[in-house]
Amino acid sequence: MSETLTMAKALNRGLRRALQADPKVLLAGEDIGKLGGVFRITEGLQAEFGENRVIDSPLAESGIIGTAVGLCMRGYRPVVEIQFDGFVFPGFSQIVTQVAKLHMRTAGQNPMPMVIRIPFGGGIGAVEHHSESPEAYFAHTPGLKVVSCSNANDAYWMIQQAIQSDDPVVFLEPKRRYHVKDTVNFSARPAPMHQANIARYGTDATLLCYGPMVKTCLDAAAVAGEEGTSLEVVDLRTLSPIDWVTITSSVRRTKRAIVVHEAPLTLGLGSEVAARLAQDLFYVMEAPVLRVAGYDMPYPPARVEEEYLPSVDRILDAVDRSLAY
Amino acid sequence: MRGQSHDMVQLLTPDGERLEHDEFAFTGTTDDLVGFLRDMILARRFDAEATALQRHGELGLWTPLLGQEAAQVGSARAVREGDVVFPSYREHAVAMVLGVPLTNLLGLFRGSNGGDWEKLETFKNYQIVIGCQTLHATGYAMGLQFDGAVGNDDDADNSAVIVYHGDGAASQGDVNEAYVFAASYNAPVVFFCQNNQWAISEPIALQSRIPLFQRAQGFGFPGVQVDGNDVLAVKAVTDWAMQRARAGEGPSFIEAFTYRMGAHTTSDDPTKYRRAAEDEAWKGRDPVARLTTYLRNEGAIDDAWLAAIDDEGKALGADARASIPQLEDTTMDKLFATVYAEPTVALEAQRREYAEYAASFEENA
Ligand SMILES: Cc1ncc(C[n+]2csc(CCOP(=O)(O)OP(=O)(O)O)c2C)c(N)n1
Repeated sequence: MSETLTMAKALNRGLRRALQADPKVLLAGEDIGKLGGVFRITEGLQAEFGENRVIDSPLAESGIIGTAVGLCMRGYRPVVEIQFDGFVFPGFSQIVTQVAKLHMRTAGQNPMPMVIRIPFGGGIGAVEHHSESPEAYFAHTPGLKVVSCSNANDAYWMIQQAIQSDDPVVFLEPKRRYHVKDTVNFSARPAPMHQANIARYGTDATLLCYGPMVKTCLDAAAVAGEEGTSLEVVDLRTLSPIDWVTITSSVRRTKRAIVVHEAPLTLGLGSEVAARLAQDLFYVMEAPVLRVAGYDMPYPPARVEEEYLPSVDRILDAVDRSLAY
Repeated sequence: MRGQSHDMVQLLTPDGERLEHDEFAFTGTTDDLVGFLRDMILARRFDAEATALQRHGELGLWTPLLGQEAAQVGSARAVREGDVVFPSYREHAVAMVLGVPLTNLLGLFRGSNGGDWEKLETFKNYQIVIGCQTLHATGYAMGLQFDGAVGNDDDADNSAVIVYHGDGAASQGDVNEAYVFAASYNAPVVFFCQNNQWAISEPIALQSRIPLFQRAQGFGFPGVQVDGNDVLAVKAVTDWAMQRARAGEGPSFIEAFTYRMGAHTTSDDPTKYRRAAEDEAWKGRDPVARLTTYLRNEGAIDDAWLAAIDDEGKALGADARASIPQLEDTTMDKLFATVYAEPTVALEAQRREYAEYAASFEENA
């Protein structure tokens, strides 16, 4: 039971299954009903499940997330869509002051089984505020879980796992990969959501990445392979909590690690990964952990985004530097 | 008073005289009113006790309700089983009326825990981030509607939500978003704004150029200004709003026109920003005094009754004091265990690290 699908269609199928499986699952967000969302991820779902299950929200992000908090308290499992990464900030207060904290504040009495879907990252030539990588803000917030899918199969399964989770999950969808096709296996049991995946095996160095950068890293590994360098690519999948077991076992073998993400360098996910690897594998590694990231500037205008985003060449440069130690 | 409308609903004057109103009537009995007076006096007493406990260093902070007893008791008495309350951080009298143990409130302000109330299904956590709870209430009300708990022929099957916020909160984006969502979905939620005239040091004039209740119209639902120091009027208006919500007629807004007679919190010094004359003027509207006058004139209470309530208040105060050493602080273990519903390996590692560190002190001791 498998089919080749784009990531966008796979997400749509995953949401549909979740709506079928549990009457307490609701979708809410701007334009998600009749239009099916600006990326059409929820296409056809309102027609199938009705306006009380797939809810067009007023144009107010704090309102969308804050009302979802109330719906959680009423026993629902809301899945909210933020239209674009740069627009999550009006709802940021509700996410960090309420969604993340209510479970602990109430000593476990008010779980927040909410999923916050955010199309994120650059590379689509968009106008400002449409290409951001806010993951570190969320991963830095205790009480939230943060994941990112990188292919259609994961998209299909991870969205369902996120919805089934009793914890709030920030679900980051790499929008520039929405139309990449992949085989979705509908019957094989998926890996747990909070487990990293070795996307390509290699022996000389490990590329650690997630979301949109997984494909870029796989491309880099393919080029390196032609040149005789064997790169392992680890798709983190889960950014909070991070699956250290998979990461450290890979780096223990290759002895070299390069973290790759689109978000700005300073205090990004790469900082945490580098610190942790230095702590745990100091005597094992042959080179310091290197990072290839966006620069510490607001996301640039689209016509120069290619300069800003980690590219195959920048990744291979870092690999060379690592191997030179 | 600035911001006081000619349409303000009042059923009992500051002098203790009953008034008639075309639309709103108090339907309870004199016995009910005696009960309300008891609630108000005990709430005032508890509040004074908690303030004193803060002064003694037993609580980190307290948010006094002095002056707002009628707004809180009148509205809380309109809540019935199945309804849900989303408070702000000063609704101690509402909590009391709904039977939330007062030790729960003390525990929160002492810092013993984050506010895990015993009756959390009906009385939600206090909210410190101004206005956030209005959205939670609206979402919850939407859920009630999806569950078919609104507009049923059998009224017993219907429920509503009431959410408390202040006049300062009315400036917040979240509160305005809550009004929009509530109106758009016709959610069964009552916004109960205690306009106590001050947001810490900022007067209502800085928050709104028009009386707050008039804003509701702009969002598409009714707004009523009620004398917040008149428990009869508050009860009558809240009954109406809750019943509307339960019947499926949607949200409404109540501006309880009242006054915070004391400080904003125990850290505040109101003499820095408001005139003593203002306090004096509002003392003449005291919610407890006017109901006492009325019920005395009716012969429903007498000195003996008041003395008995005073004794009850003293006992309540003693209980509050005695409860402090009984309050159990939460533990790091409980906190570690409740950050997530589904535990993570990473946090478990930190919990073990903490446990070992803590144990090292015990061994040395
Ligand atoms: C978002 C936010 N900003 C600021 C504060 C600090 N603060 C606490 S209470 C308060 C005033 C609130 O006034 P109002 O809404 O009128 O409520 P009241 O205390 O008078 O009942 C402020 C500014 C806060 N708690 N939350």
